[in-house]
Amino acid sequence: MTLLLDIVSWLFIVAGGFFCVVGALGLLRMPDFFTRMHAASVTDTLGAGLLLVGLMLQAGLTLVTVKLLFLAVLIFFTSPTATHALAKAAVVRGLQPLLAQGDESSKR
Amino acid sequence: MMFAAAALALLVTFALVIARAVLGPTVFDRLQAANTLGTVAMLLVAVLGFLTGRPEFLDLALVYGLLNVVGTIAVLKFFRQGDLGDPGEERLGP
Repeated sequence: MTLLLDIVSWLFIVAGGFFCVVGALGLLRMPDFFTRMHAASVTDTLGAGLLLVGLMLQAGLTLVTVKLLFLAVLIFFTSPTATHALAKAAVVRGLQPLLAQGDESSKR
Repeated sequence: MMFAAAALALLVTFALVIARAVLGPTVFDRLQAANTLGTVAMLLVAVLGFLTGRPEFLDLALVYGLLNVVGTIAVLKFFRQGDLGDPGEERLGP
């Protein structure tokens, strides 16, 4: 039973780390601000979520799991809020998204 | 062992996000990078707590997360009003 729990939490933690790296890679490689924001949300949702679920499986049914749950809820609510505020601020400041096969002049 | 792997992945994430924060052409790129950096730091604190066998670190992670979101929203409010008075640092719009 404990071996099964270890294997499952290994899977969750490795997947979480993988998605964190993928999101950061997207943040570095994407061509403009709005696509970068899209890539960064992978780290915030999938990476953090899987990692926290893996840690919860390791912690068992204790107060630690409750704290991890609080962390997950915190990320779940605040990350989309921050992203939304960021996108709105960028649009208000006049940042244009890079459109498909648009002219090259809008590309930086 | 699995916590060490997770910490390594989070450190790689750190490096990539810091690169974007340094490179970022607009101030919003840097802010997005700072926000992601805060989330990853929170996760790293939690994982380090498990790695060293002291899950009390989770309290620090919670406080860090709360400070992170407040910081991002506050800085954003500041930047939304106008620029920092630093001409030539970024050009917005085509």
